[in-house]
Amino acid sequence: MFRRYLLLAAFALPMVAGAAPRAPGAEAAAGSSIEIRNFHFMPAQLTVPVGAKVTWTNRDEEPHIVVSTGNQFPASPGLDTGDHYQATFTRPGTYTYFCSIHPQMVGTIVVSKPLR
Amino acid sequence: MNDRHDDEKIPDRRRFLECMAWAGAGALWMMKGGVAHAGMLGSGNAAADATFRFVQISDSHIGFHQAPNPDPVATLRETIARINAQPQRPDFIVHTGDLTHLSKPEQFDTVKQILGEAKVDQVFCIPGEHDVIGDNGKAYFAHFGGGGVSGGGWHSFDHHGVHFISLVNVLNLQAGGLGFLGTEQLAWLQQDVAGLSASTPIVVFAHMPMWSLYPQWGWGTQDSAQALALLKRFGSVTVLNGHIHQIQRQVEGQVTFYTARSTAYPQPAPGRAPAPGPLKDLPAGQLHKYIGSRDVRHVRGSQAIAVTDIALG
Repeated sequence: MFRRYLLLAAFALPMVAGAAPRAPGAEAAAGSSIEIRNFHFMPAQLTVPVGAKVTWTNRDEEPHIVVSTGNQFPASPGLDTGDHYQATFTRPGTYTYFCSIHPQMVGTIVVSKPLR
Repeated sequence: MNDRHDDEKIPDRRRFLECMAWAGAGALWMMKGGVAHAGMLGSGNAAADATFRFVQISDSHIGFHQAPNPDPVATLRETIARINAQPQRPDFIVHTGDLTHLSKPEQFDTVKQILGEAKVDQVFCIPGEHDVIGDNGKAYFAHFGGGGVSGGGWHSFDHHGVHFISLVNVLNLQAGGLGFLGTEQLAWLQQDVAGLSASTPIVVFAHMPMWSLYPQWGWGTQDSAQALALLKRFGSVTVLNGHIHQIQRQVEGQVTFYTARSTAYPQPAPGRAPAPGPLKDLPAGQLHKYIGSRDVRHVRGSQAIAVTDIALG
């Protein structure tokens, strides 16, 4: 996973340098939010542009934790009901994460290259 | 003997027995010569001639503050008071995990203080997944010890001829997986039981169920079969766990699994809700019927382990 991520980053970086226009609304807050409800990350797969800040909100009575497999982004603390957690994704790639106390809960964030 | 009751409403769940889950007072289960017997409290005499007894409590979730139990400190304290009020003092109390809700230092402190009110020689704990949040158990082991040489918290001891094994299946959980023991713990277990005679009664403690109770909700341990294979040669194996906040019982060959009630709040029966979690809409004043403790008695000679679940109210 990590190796693939590095490769993606290597290809993506020159494109980042040349990309000026921003896709309108690409980083709208609604598109960067993940709700944790009934022991599921919703949506289970979220696609965001490079630079997006993703926010998780726990809507369950049970606590949950957001942990990246392969430690690709920092883990959240234990999220109690209503707690939020944010992570910013600065490089393209596919990021798998799970809840480290309910490991059957798995989600994916696809960070796409900027639009030209 | 396999004890399988198919639940008609959930046909895909075959190896599952829902028994007396909501019984008000107490249900007694006994293993005698590998055969399970059910009875109501007071109907048998096994309790009277027990060689020794201990108490299992579980899932206290100190720090939880919502329906149906905004005060799990009070219900844990009531549970301990009930144990203290029994005429015969148990040899020990085991807490099978989720002492706290969020692994916070003040929550560990509170649990430790309340467990200290128990009038027994020893209270020992094994961690649940709620006790190892964020640090893979570091704070838990700092408060309750048991990290041992391995650091993983598993251990065993012998008491009146019974071999007790505490397993830890809530550390290093893997994405997409269930409860997890790991190769290091399994290797330890193999060594631990290697020198025991097959007639030694075995009692296993764990937090998460050691059989596939309901994997869709994470209620199982992904490598439990490897542990049970190591115990296959023993004539009597009793597995006591928590995690699901309700009584469930399963018999597989010579192994009997019992999950315990919580001291804090019940969870739905498997598949009966969109997700696990607190059963919020209990009838008013009924919480105490859904929570409680478990009395376990061993009768030497008859190789019987008698398990009695006692509701708090």
